[in-house]
Amino acid sequence: MDSICQSLAEIVGEGHVSNRPEELYIYSRDLGTAEPHLPRYVVAPRTTEEVQQVVKLANREKIPVVPLGGGLTLAGLVMPLRGGIVLDMKRMDSILEVNERARYALVEAGVSQGKLVAYLNTHHPTLVHSEPGAPGQATVAGNVAIHGQGDLAQPYGFNSDMVNGLEVVLPTGEVCRIGSCSLAQQWFTQHPLPDLGLFLGWCGTTGVITKVSLRLFPRKRIRDMGMFVLEDGDLVPDILYRISHTEMAGDLIAWSQELPVTVSGLHNISIFISGDSEEELELKRKLIRVGILGEYIHSGVGGLVGLSANVRPRLPRRPPVSTIQDIKKGGGFEYVGAIMPVDTYPECCRRGAEISARHNIAYTLLGRVIGRSHAMMFSWSYVFNRADEDSVREAREALYESDDLALELGGIPWKPGVYGQQAVMERMDPNTLSLMKKVKKLLDPNGIMNPGNWEVS
Amino acid sequence: MYELRFDERKCLGCQTCDCLTKCQYMDIDVETAKTEMRKIINGEDSFVLRQCVTCYACEEYCKKGNHPFYLIVERQEELDIPPLPRPLIKQGVQMGVPWRGELVVQDVQEPFLDMCMFPQLAGSIQGKLFDSVSIAPTDARQRAHFFCQLMYLHYARSSVIRERLPQVIENIARHNVKEVICFHDECYGTFASYAPAFGIEVPFKPVHFFEYLYNRLVDLKDDIKPLNLKVAYQRPCSSRLSSDKLHLVDDIFDLIGVESVEREYVGENALCCAGAIRMQKYEGRYELADDVLRRNIEDMVRAGTQFCVFNCPACFDSIGHVVARSGMNPIFMGDLCRLAVG
Amino acid sequence: MALTEYRYSDVIHRCFRCGYCKFPTSFIEVNNCPAYARYRLESYSTGGRLWLIRAWLNDELDWSEHLGEIVYSCAACKNCAEQCPLPFSDDIVDMIVAAKGAMVERGSVPSAVKEFLENVDRQGNPYGTARSKRGEWMEGTGIQEYDGQEFLYYVGCVGSYDTRAQQVARALGRVLQKGGVSFGVLGDRENCDGNDVGKLGEEGLFEALAEENIRQFKDLGVSKIVTLSPHAFNAIKNDYPRLDGTFEVRHYSQLLRDLVRAGKLDVSSGFKAKVTYHDPCFLGRWNAEYEAPRDVLRAVPGVELVEMERHRADALCCGGGGGNFYTDFLGGSEDSPSRIRVRDACATGASIVATACPNCLTMLEDAVKAEGLDDRLKVMDISEIVGEACQARGS
Repeated sequence: MDSICQSLAEIVGEGHVSNRPEELYIYSRDLGTAEPHLPRYVVAPRTTEEVQQVVKLANREKIPVVPLGGGLTLAGLVMPLRGGIVLDMKRMDSILEVNERARYALVEAGVSQGKLVAYLNTHHPTLVHSEPGAPGQATVAGNVAIHGQGDLAQPYGFNSDMVNGLEVVLPTGEVCRIGSCSLAQQWFTQHPLPDLGLFLGWCGTTGVITKVSLRLFPRKRIRDMGMFVLEDGDLVPDILYRISHTEMAGDLIAWSQELPVTVSGLHNISIFISGDSEEELELKRKLIRVGILGEYIHSGVGGLVGLSANVRPRLPRRPPVSTIQDIKKGGGFEYVGAIMPVDTYPECCRRGAEISARHNIAYTLLGRVIGRSHAMMFSWSYVFNRADEDSVREAREALYESDDLALELGGIPWKPGVYGQQAVMERMDPNTLSLMKKVKKLLDPNGIMNPGNWEVS
Repeated sequence: MYELRFDERKCLGCQTCDCLTKCQYMDIDVETAKTEMRKIINGEDSFVLRQCVTCYACEEYCKKGNHPFYLIVERQEELDIPPLPRPLIKQGVQMGVPWRGELVVQDVQEPFLDMCMFPQLAGSIQGKLFDSVSIAPTDARQRAHFFCQLMYLHYARSSVIRERLPQVIENIARHNVKEVICFHDECYGTFASYAPAFGIEVPFKPVHFFEYLYNRLVDLKDDIKPLNLKVAYQRPCSSRLSSDKLHLVDDIFDLIGVESVEREYVGENALCCAGAIRMQKYEGRYELADDVLRRNIEDMVRAGTQFCVFNCPACFDSIGHVVARSGMNPIFMGDLCRLAVG
Repeated sequence: MALTEYRYSDVIHRCFRCGYCKFPTSFIEVNNCPAYARYRLESYSTGGRLWLIRAWLNDELDWSEHLGEIVYSCAACKNCAEQCPLPFSDDIVDMIVAAKGAMVERGSVPSAVKEFLENVDRQGNPYGTARSKRGEWMEGTGIQEYDGQEFLYYVGCVGSYDTRAQQVARALGRVLQKGGVSFGVLGDRENCDGNDVGKLGEEGLFEALAEENIRQFKDLGVSKIVTLSPHAFNAIKNDYPRLDGTFEVRHYSQLLRDLVRAGKLDVSSGFKAKVTYHDPCFLGRWNAEYEAPRDVLRAVPGVELVEMERHRADALCCGGGGGNFYTDFLGGSEDSPSRIRVRDACATGASIVATACPNCLTMLEDAVKAEGLDDRLKVMDISEIVGEACQARGS
């Protein structure tokens, strides 16, 4: 153990720090296609104070720090591009408070999505959070840090829009509270205080989030869903727009996949609704089915399965269980998600299918509506065989092309890897870039926080 | 290559037009029926082609065996008037494409049970009733190779059936069996009704699942403990293609000691599960499906039904949960019989 | 062994490290993998372990004592196999055991594992205590040696040698006597069943033990076996048949359930307590037996059975499997799975946590002491509870 490792051990305890080859190996590797980058140390803190001390030490020693939650961005954002310390936040996994009346949950940064779902199901069954659909070990804090979205995106927006407050450790070691919590009141709002939104979307480059207060929403007793099937993708934006106008739907997802063969060449719109009674559900069903979808059904261009009291809905688990990573029997999967105008859905699909075909990967395309059709998160997904270098390369190239495509079509790659970050910054307003640089310099004068990401040159 | 063996003289000479006048969904008098059938025979458009909900019943109503339903489906396809929205047709047609590997011929002996698209229900094929039965497919990835295709009658895609069925028949024949017990009523209808109607040769003898069950129950008569239940049979649409086998339902019920409740929607007057109706594109079909289901369930409940007995997995999937929430137990016929013999 | 020779070389790269293996079905806690619970580093999760195994076999990583500990910290509890949604999930524990086998082959195993295996080889038990002392637990019980009785009561290493587990071995013997069961034991003729030896990757030693046991059982005319430990139950039921050793084997909870139902065991004196039951992995997830122990407990008047949040297929392993009751790779911390488990048990309000496995019993008792819960929670084997319920009124 070198002296820094020894110092880290004194902070978090010897069992929670490692510079051994095995930990360095695992933490050097992302689940996606990114090349590995070795850290020097892996540290798993339990308290904000421990995080603070680690960051202070890193600042003193000029060692990079990379906070890690679930590691499921798949874009290499939690890999130590310049070595240093990987800070595995998952030991900080206490749910500190659920305030039913103000409808928020205060959680430590390492609380997993799965744990929050289960906790609310058991202890607060009338409340729900916007669950992103990643495997359950994804963290709540990691998700808001990257502007994630979940299954309440259509009515309520990005998960980062649902943040009432944060506790963060600045790169220089101070602990700050953002929002009403800075007055030591309940963690129920960020407004009307001056906007200190310096930590969301920054992917851990401006500090370490240690606590999140996340808005919760009414959970209705009964869920239902329908699948609207179309051949013509050009119809999708209008249908999504009209359904979102009704304000009756929850999650709204348009998707198109080459496999299984049953769905190939088709576009599906998954429409989720919920209600506290059959009467409430029936009203929502009618407004959507009859009011919006009826004309498409009657003209024969769209078919509906579900959205009926008499059809058993095929509801996914919450959090859902994904098997997409095994399609090529290769344990590999990565996607470019981009925040896109909803109207770009057809073109995103057409061009996405072309990219997939060029790289011998079955196309897997999806658009989740955010807000009332304000935007959508569109994803181009690529499975690969981790044991086959050619397969990894094909997927990586497809991902780069998808980053470029998103920008070409007027969208913005969401949580991009370094390639996508550079592409975004090249197109950004220079004054905006300059402001980003100033913020980063102000907060992180020694450049220790997740360096290599979102670096304005 | 395969054409419907339809004798238009039988139709034109028919005085009752039972096929249309008995229809549960269209209110048609004899004269209108004759007019519309003439149009259909001539390949012209008719409101019948749109109002038909594809319940298959007219195949049974026609006492001349002249296949009016198959003819309707032919015309729907020729005139491009399918009852379902096109995306659902595409999806349905694609569902039957084998894409998970070539056929693997299994080592089977007779009695041989063809599970068609339902190998996942193989768990029901066990116990004394089935102790010497071989089944195929056992691997769900193989099921498309055994798929009888008949559901495309709901899709106005009889051409897809004719295109694929010969290969499916060959796939089954390669198992070297002389008799094939059909787990699903629809398979039996395919081999015993549809194939002959279109001149498609079937080199094995199809055996109705209920025929197998009945004969096996007779063999195990001494083991039967009467169940003493009140039951209603959910007659699937495909049962209309094998109405000569319908008596087996009551024959089995008698053997296992269950009472078939007295109800309105039974026999020729049975209501289908309406699963296909619900997906159709015409205005009011969703509501019609709900209405058919409501009447069917209320009828069963009124008659004091304890168990609703199914043959068809699609019916089960479609209305089994509604049966359950209405206070009755949904059960497959095979499972009911297993309860009786232990 | 190179990666290409490894039995699962075409599968091991398919682990995505999605992390479902860390959770129970409900997702209520992320620490349902006992090794990950203890260390909370990705290297100790199942996914991390599989990636490290692949890297080692692929010569990207050298063997080290630390790597050995990571691999051998797997308690073979099968939570990962239960939770992994992918088609190869059933093979996960076998993949890890195969890697352990590769380490054994190369002679590169942690020293505690080496000790365990050498002790079994020499003395027929992992403790290294003399074979001649194996039957000492039965002194004064009146329990007979096996000589053609209906059942062979197979005690196992932990029940034979661990002082606390010996109490359970005796308790079960008394209950069987009370139930009028015709049974005998092997005493110091008994040898290790080999279950944990196999799970440590020493397939050769496992086969030798199993074959010897099978020969012995056949020579003695054994056809029915009742085991104290789910570990022995698992080996005899699932692994002995492929070595031509097929016996009718039951875990004792299954036999007790039959006895109670048939009225052959009078438990009417009852046992008044709030009890929670801890599912042993080799009875539960390995052999899908969740109900027999519960049925026995429910049959005892006065027992109020309450469930921990994680129970049945979601039970958190005590951390004693895969030889860890001896090698102790998962001990020494408040994050040790056994300590988490007794905290779970306490949270139910129960005063007793009931077990059906001598490994679980010893692990959980040590954990109660470490947690300072002695005054609130007692660990008892089901046979001890049944024994007390048969006690009074001259039953």
